[in-house]
Amino acid sequence: MKKSIPGPVSRAGNIPTRMGSWSTIKPVLKGKCNFCLLCWIFCPEGAISQDEGHRQVLFNNEECKGCGICVRECPTGAIEMAEPEQGERP
Amino acid sequence: MKLKEISREELFRSSYGCAGCAAVLAVRLTLKVLGRNCVCVVPANCISTVSCYYPQTPFFVPMTVMAFAATGAALSGISAGFRRRGREDISVVGFSGDGGTADIGIQSLSGAIDGGYKFIYICYDNEAYMNTGIQRSGLTPYGATTTTTPAPCFETESKKDMLRIVAAHDIPYAATACTSYPLDFMQKVARANRVNGPTYIHVLAPCPTGWGFAPDRAIELGRMAVESGFWRLVELENGKLRTTHKPSRRRSVAEYFAAQTRFRQLSPEQIEEIQRNIDRRQAAGQAFSATG
Repeated sequence: MKKSIPGPVSRAGNIPTRMGSWSTIKPVLKGKCNFCLLCWIFCPEGAISQDEGHRQVLFNNEECKGCGICVRECPTGAIEMAEPEQGERP
Repeated sequence: MKLKEISREELFRSSYGCAGCAAVLAVRLTLKVLGRNCVCVVPANCISTVSCYYPQTPFFVPMTVMAFAATGAALSGISAGFRRRGREDISVVGFSGDGGTADIGIQSLSGAIDGGYKFIYICYDNEAYMNTGIQRSGLTPYGATTTTTPAPCFETESKKDMLRIVAAHDIPYAATACTSYPLDFMQKVARANRVNGPTYIHVLAPCPTGWGFAPDRAIELGRMAVESGFWRLVELENGKLRTTHKPSRRRSVAEYFAAQTRFRQLSPEQIEEIQRNIDRRQAAGQAFSATG
């Protein structure tokens, strides 16, 4: 088997940037998630991950810029923008 | 291709791009298809601007920043190197903006397609030079205001038909896509990756900053562009053109224009004329991505 090409050349070991401080409001799952994954595919930041066990999506507040695409594209309207609770804020 | 089958691995994540940037989404979706076994070439454009802040980078695959005019040359050079070493399994992909494709980089793109090496050239089209402050480019549509064509004047030239230009090179695979139709776009990237030769994908990427709309409407705007006939999703394989998605509902182009501020200065008569142009192109079954 051919070995895969070496990873990114960055002295800091490829630290992803954290843009969470750009916005104070974040998406919060208020309703029932039907796990259609539309928010996940449309998130430009890749800040949404999947919780396979609970069959719902998870939001990474450290990377979310609060653009609100997930809120608008959610077919069931289960996501809302809200100020996160104290301690959750990045 | 189904949503559940798409790779969960994020190889481009959390960049410095504006909130709601569809160009960033286009890169993320492309790397989901190509995986880790790829090399990216990025000329001067929004993507290099938002991703190259030492020591951080949102790219989790090797990437190189290239001179503005040299995307095509770098792509064929890297691809030639891999061919020489027998590593043709590695995909070489270039992300160029609309200015870097249609204006500054067009000779190098033309030369690269002529050269015949295997690469994927992705032009994400946000219809102006966005990262330097929204100057007009060859792909700015008729009627749009930019900072170099300010209101009440506006862009008076129509959009270059890039697909027709690359098709004239007898390219094995070329397509148009839109970030609002991610599965369609990803399928095209996967198809382009299987072709052993130069491929070109032109993806429309709505820009909240330059077009003037709220960041959360970025996906909706792309959908409106396709539904109004302003943008078409087609692919060209070995000279045969195929429409990959026909919108189920038609919108008027006035509705699409009203959603953004860059077309604000157009009078109803001018919008009607643009609508007539789009209708005429559709009725004639004009093959290529018809733009007003």
